[in-house]
Amino acid sequence: MIDPDRVRHAVEAAKRAGADAADAIQLASESVEARVRGDEIDYVKQAREHALGLRAFVRGARGLATALVSTSDLSHAAIEGLAQDAVALARATTQDPDAGLPSDGFARDWPELELFDPHDRDVPLDTQLAEAREAEAAARAVDPRIVNSEGTSVGSSFDAVAYASTAGFEGHYEGAHHSLVSSPVAAENGSMQTDYWLTAARRRSALDSPASVGRRAAERALAQLGARRVPTQQAPVIFEAPAARAVLGNLVGCLSGGAVYRKTSFLAGKLGERIASDAVTVIDDGRRPGGLGSRPFDAEGQATRRTGLVERGRLASFLLDVYSARKLGLRSTGNAARGAASAPSVAPTNLWLEPGRASLEELIRSTERGLLVTGLFGQGFNAVTGDFSRGARGFWIERGERAHPVEEITVAGNLADLLRDVDRVANDLLWLGSLGAPSFRVAQLTVAGDSA
Amino acid sequence: MKPPAPVSFFRERFGLDDGSLSRALATALDGPADAADLFFEYTTRDAVVLEESIVKSGDRHLSQGVGVRVVAGEKQGYAHSDEIDAQSLVLAAKTARAIAAGRASARSVAVRGPGAPARDLYPVGRAPTDAPIAVKVQLLEQIDAYARSRDARVREVLASLVCQNRHMLLAASDGSFVADVQPLLRLNVQVIAESPSGRREVARQGGGGRFELGHLLLPAYWQPLVDEAVRLALLNLEAVPCPAGAMDVVLGPGWPGVLLHEAVGHGLEGDFVRKGTSTFAGRLGQRVAAPGVTVVDDGTLPGRRGSLNVDDEGTPTQRTTLIEDGILVGFLQDRLNARLLGVAPTGNGRRESYAHLPMPRMTNTFMLAGHDDPADIVRSVSRGLYAVNFSGGQVDITNGKFVFAASEAYRIEDGRITAPVKGATLIGNGPDALTHVSRIGFDLALDRGEGTCGKDGQSVPVGVGMPTIRIDGITVGGTER
Repeated sequence: MIDPDRVRHAVEAAKRAGADAADAIQLASESVEARVRGDEIDYVKQAREHALGLRAFVRGARGLATALVSTSDLSHAAIEGLAQDAVALARATTQDPDAGLPSDGFARDWPELELFDPHDRDVPLDTQLAEAREAEAAARAVDPRIVNSEGTSVGSSFDAVAYASTAGFEGHYEGAHHSLVSSPVAAENGSMQTDYWLTAARRRSALDSPASVGRRAAERALAQLGARRVPTQQAPVIFEAPAARAVLGNLVGCLSGGAVYRKTSFLAGKLGERIASDAVTVIDDGRRPGGLGSRPFDAEGQATRRTGLVERGRLASFLLDVYSARKLGLRSTGNAARGAASAPSVAPTNLWLEPGRASLEELIRSTERGLLVTGLFGQGFNAVTGDFSRGARGFWIERGERAHPVEEITVAGNLADLLRDVDRVANDLLWLGSLGAPSFRVAQLTVAGDSA
Repeated sequence: MKPPAPVSFFRERFGLDDGSLSRALATALDGPADAADLFFEYTTRDAVVLEESIVKSGDRHLSQGVGVRVVAGEKQGYAHSDEIDAQSLVLAAKTARAIAAGRASARSVAVRGPGAPARDLYPVGRAPTDAPIAVKVQLLEQIDAYARSRDARVREVLASLVCQNRHMLLAASDGSFVADVQPLLRLNVQVIAESPSGRREVARQGGGGRFELGHLLLPAYWQPLVDEAVRLALLNLEAVPCPAGAMDVVLGPGWPGVLLHEAVGHGLEGDFVRKGTSTFAGRLGQRVAAPGVTVVDDGTLPGRRGSLNVDDEGTPTQRTTLIEDGILVGFLQDRLNARLLGVAPTGNGRRESYAHLPMPRMTNTFMLAGHDDPADIVRSVSRGLYAVNFSGGQVDITNGKFVFAASEAYRIEDGRITAPVKGATLIGNGPDALTHVSRIGFDLALDRGEGTCGKDGQSVPVGVGMPTIRIDGITVGGTER
């Protein structure tokens, strides 16, 4: 699927063109994606894509100057031209004493990461379409109030990555990504609600059954019917796993080395300090077998690994690529990610919040009055200060039970306070993609809705 | 006759003649298809980014490819490839046809059409991607120095300039044949300020559009943008917690028009309407906003970020009235949904790139001016919020709930603007929110050219605009009682 000679050629061409150092990444993918509504196909999309990105460094008195070029034209002539462009561009940018390739930390060997199943290539499109129809049918069968659907999407992609650099590292690997997402619509008394559920995995055999996905999506949409606002107040808030994952996503941005050295993260300068309650442990592991974020090496050839980020409330590590590590006087954690047309930047691999012991239902039962958030939306988060304010939906809890669904409310506070106020973490760790989170409870946040 | 320049570009670069296009379309249509189209794209993009007073990298990217679509009823087959040649084209056409499926009924297709759009909303002398990188580097260095000179509390400046030049060519089975060259500039400035006590705040400003790079390089263009970013970062250092709960809100002119984009715009897109998943489906002719509220989508404004000569299906863009004096009068259509709904396409069929299917999308969406003095509108509120800058929003089109996050807002107390407050999310209900518009200013303004809209994983540049308006009783997601 991929020819590692191409990246080697690109790196050598850059050197010939005058680069002092260079690295190249090639990405290739073959994918199919389809959406079914009811029994009918909405669309089917097939694609073959490939692209090559080349980074060139030119040495000057004050460090290396950098340029990044990319193309989807992989002909020999195009790559030669690309190398010339890269070097010319690098000569126009500013030298940076911290720029450059890593000299060690490269991946040497790695365990079987179970990134794909070769048999999955032989699965016909009709099978996937049938699975989508099955999810749609299962959703409809849950309740007559499931009246419509935004569709069930199925997709498979087979991807290959090759990387080479003048620092002496070369490697390539293949992986696959399969998914099914269902979004039914429930209606009652003239108002509609939708929600979604999904399954995603590196191997088709690891996917949840289409019917279970459709059912769960339908149950979530139905449960939201009749939702209303609640008065503005301070209240304990339980984030159900999917919403907990969204909060974790905000935290990830603040743990990223780029935001830390730029001091655009409220966690800058807090390494080793207590930033959360004892209940909070966050881990990133690039070598979790079958993990959607697993890879043997990162976009700079660095070995991926397991990194404890928050250990029982203490900030143990940031997520780092080579550049941010140099800026902070630390070592890369193997978290560089890039596309062909983007410079390496920090990204999590498989990152999760460690589950606790109690079930979600126990968390709800032990909450006298409060809010269970099942979904968050909007981007209201300021990483510099940690302030957040996001739209929410879910259930109002009275006397330890779900009293009624709620919508058109916000939850707001500060992420630093939220982390310290996490009093219980549930045992329902849920992976949706490469981020995993269990439900957790926060002692108090501001819920805004109707006038108090 | 010599073909228009955008057409010749594809002919010369990829050796595509009318014959190969016709053959590919005929191959695609060889089945129970209603329509087929070919979308070619060749986009160059360059970017320079400055931080810590250093232009740390220069980027240059080339993306090219073709997407072939076959439409049969409500069904679409799509195949795309980043190789553009006659052979890949026929292969993609066969794939798309097989996807849309069925029996054969060979048909011939002639590619005709004018080849060039009827107008040029963005005439530029030289593509922005052809300008030397040195002038772009120099601009960022000037911005950095200027921002730091404005105030000693400015600690960090992050600036970027992205220049793009997109060539597109569309050939469709109904004979449509058109090519366009779409330049796009985007300047971003982020300022981090720190108070003597160590409090840090950030503010961002962006601007751009489809115009000459030379215009953007003028201090008269970029200095006000930098001034604004610095002003906002310093203002945020003084911001106090935002009130929470339902209250009267005054939205300033320009970028707060993102309210319209989220509250009504998405719900009026033809695909959601056809499928009945939008809360606005079936409400044509009904009141969805207060009297006086008129909202349009206009892709024909010269030089603007959301404007296009033709959409990505070759339909000329137009001005579409969505809400007239409070009554819902129009939806946004691409070809597929227009055909299935039995209406005319409105030039809103857009796609992120050749690798994406077109969908109904907004262009520049704004509310027309009213008659009120903006100062009077603020004075009319006894206790509420004055929100003038936003960082983006989101909507659930099925239940109509939308949010948008304020990045500059103030308390209103007894008709006066008082303390700046921290960013807060405003949340409301689409079909309901605009019925609570009680005042409309005469100061219509459009945004600076910074909007990007995401839908189904596809991002496209858009514009928004609004005069100052007052909305009664919208929920503000702050932290203070």
